[in-house]
Amino acid sequence: MRLILALALFFAAFSAHADVTIPHLDIGQGGHCVNDPKFMRMNHGDLLKHQRTITVHQGIRGGRYSLERCVNCHASKKNNSVLGTNQNFCQGCHVYAAVKIDCFECHSSRPESTAELESDKHE
Amino acid sequence: MDTLVRKQKELRNFYLLVVFGLMVAMTGMGAAHYMEEHGHIVTGMNNQVVWGMPHVFAIFMIVAASGVLNIASIGSVFGKKPYKARGPLSGLLSIALLAGGLTVLMLDLGRPERVIVAATHINTTSVFGWNVFLYSGLFSLVAVYLWTMLEARMNPWTKPVGLLVFAWRITLTTGTGLIFAFLVARQAYGTAMLPPMFIVMSFSWGLAVLYIVQAAMYGWNRMSLNPHVLRRFRNLLGLFILSVAYLVAVYHMTNLYFARNSAFEHFILIEGGIYPLLFWGGYFFLGTLIPLVLIYSPNLGKHCHVLLASLLVVVGSFCFLYVFIIGGQAFPLSIFPGYEVSSTFGDGQIAYYSPSLPEILLGCGGLGVAFLITTVGVRIFEMLPHDEAAAE
Amino acid sequence: MSDMDSDRRQFIGRSSALVAGLTLAPGMMLYDLAHGRPVGEPASSKVRWGMLIDTTKCESGCDECVKACNKENGLPGGTGPTDEQWIRKVQLTDLKTGKKTSLPMMCQHCAEPPCVDVCPTGASFKRVDGIVLVDRHLCIGCRYCMMACPYKARSFVHEPLHDQKPDVPRGKGTVESCTLCVQRVDRGETTACAEACEKAGHKAILFGDLNDPDSEISKRIRQVASIRLRDDLGLDTGLHYEGL
Repeated sequence: MRLILALALFFAAFSAHADVTIPHLDIGQGGHCVNDPKFMRMNHGDLLKHQRTITVHQGIRGGRYSLERCVNCHASKKNNSVLGTNQNFCQGCHVYAAVKIDCFECHSSRPESTAELESDKHE
Repeated sequence: MDTLVRKQKELRNFYLLVVFGLMVAMTGMGAAHYMEEHGHIVTGMNNQVVWGMPHVFAIFMIVAASGVLNIASIGSVFGKKPYKARGPLSGLLSIALLAGGLTVLMLDLGRPERVIVAATHINTTSVFGWNVFLYSGLFSLVAVYLWTMLEARMNPWTKPVGLLVFAWRITLTTGTGLIFAFLVARQAYGTAMLPPMFIVMSFSWGLAVLYIVQAAMYGWNRMSLNPHVLRRFRNLLGLFILSVAYLVAVYHMTNLYFARNSAFEHFILIEGGIYPLLFWGGYFFLGTLIPLVLIYSPNLGKHCHVLLASLLVVVGSFCFLYVFIIGGQAFPLSIFPGYEVSSTFGDGQIAYYSPSLPEILLGCGGLGVAFLITTVGVRIFEMLPHDEAAAE
Repeated sequence: MSDMDSDRRQFIGRSSALVAGLTLAPGMMLYDLAHGRPVGEPASSKVRWGMLIDTTKCESGCDECVKACNKENGLPGGTGPTDEQWIRKVQLTDLKTGKKTSLPMMCQHCAEPPCVDVCPTGASFKRVDGIVLVDRHLCIGCRYCMMACPYKARSFVHEPLHDQKPDVPRGKGTVESCTLCVQRVDRGETTACAEACEKAGHKAILFGDLNDPDSEISKRIRQVASIRLRDDLGLDTGLHYEGL
């Protein structure tokens, strides 16, 4: 429901202000996403939800639509995260669309390899 | 002219009460927000005492919400007139207390913003899951019940709906008791005594709350309670207090008899510091003995004494719940019987708990919500019990 | 790219496990490797993961298992009343004989888990391979499971967290406990605590499949006297204790 509302607002914003600038996102590594970007923009929420259920409950890991994979590719090279500024991949678009993300209250917003390096440094 | 001035003054006082209720409720919401921002670290609760002050308030209100309906039930199911006159008030108080209690319970969750998950994903083996259904069911049933009592054309339905509400609320309080009765591993809980004990407690606490609210309404309208009605209420309250004391005694006696639980009883009744103090001083002395004296002494038993007894019953109930909920968790689980146990996680030690301001404010906020609903409800609907016609 | 990456990680994981296995405990490790599932395959109900803890080998001053658990799962390792402890060392003294015992205590991964029974939303659940977990997406933080657990195995996250491990997401307001290192088990590895105990030279924690009659753990449970904690409750725990 929230998603639909957000998307409605998203498109409303477009139609009302045709000259509005879409956010310039730092897409990190970029390249080919697991699906067409347009499709991902619309459906990533549902895909992640489905993936999380089979990962947590059935132990199927390394899936095509895992959050870890999103982060691994799309973390900014500058601050090594998908959050931080309104240019960062997840935060930028979610701020633009005014949809709260609570994924990263629990999940790491940084790619696996570097997150581990960081935590090793802390020891 | 005089009545006009009086009416204006009354209206002003009404708004003052509403503002007061709103302020208390908003303070509670503020405290909940603070707890959500910082996490439960700002409360006194921890990994050993996982339920604290909010649960004392919430369980009091939820149990009383069920018991307060007793009056309506006696009126509409058994057709006793003085009780019938109090049916609407009893229904309103039930909704108010339930709303207050559930507000506290929900806002104390670790993720209160996800409370909707509790409605969309119900685990059918969980007594908490059943309670989600029982609580929301009671809300709607009592709303219908009120409708049948307040709307003349619906009056014929009062009895069947009243019967349904009666069955529902007994089930609901059973469910509340089962929350603890199903905790097999804890010495304080895990006994089939708890549902009946909670049901009888609900009678006592609910009647006390109703009496207090009724006294306030009569005071507001400069009316005095019909002596017949007073006598009935007094005797009923006395009976309920005695019944609760009996069940509490049996609950502790059984535990005392079981060797495996005697250490726990020793803790809760003698050695445990604040817990025996609250049990004997708060629940037994203030909440049971004094009210019984006030009710049964030949020279006492007047309206003011019964009112004081009702207030003391409420005080005693909070003391009892504090000992039951927090004391029950403070005593260590017996995982390794026959051993002296120590660890970094509080094994074998009495857990420490000290309630913090935010959680107390949250609990008071729930009372504020209940107060607000009652004040507004009493103003909007015709709730004042009239005994002139009803007196026998 | 990430496919390659995960393949690489898996290769490294498996080959290092193989090396460790060959040098440390051939029987157990090779057995576990045989159970490593291919990526994309769900956990199997034919398996029941469990542990056998030999309290006679557990050293009282040693907390290598606790440290390893904290490191693997990104726990800060505090021991205050509001700090999370997935595994703890318990010191026992027999009241009659004065005999001292030391053992690690954690989620017992019951077959009939009370936490799962009481959870209102179904966030507490048992995976088909016997691992009891919390789905934090569903956990509303009511703490009823903590009330119900006979082993006090669960912790509540009392504060907002940062820098969680990518494999072990965890956050404020939800309940958590030992996951039997599910992220490692899914890769076909043993748990962090068992590995650390082995490395420390104690070998007090044996992890394996209780359903496989030929597994190291099943063989040992058949040979030695072991008990399960609070067996009177009939919860059929996955953890067995030897020498208690």
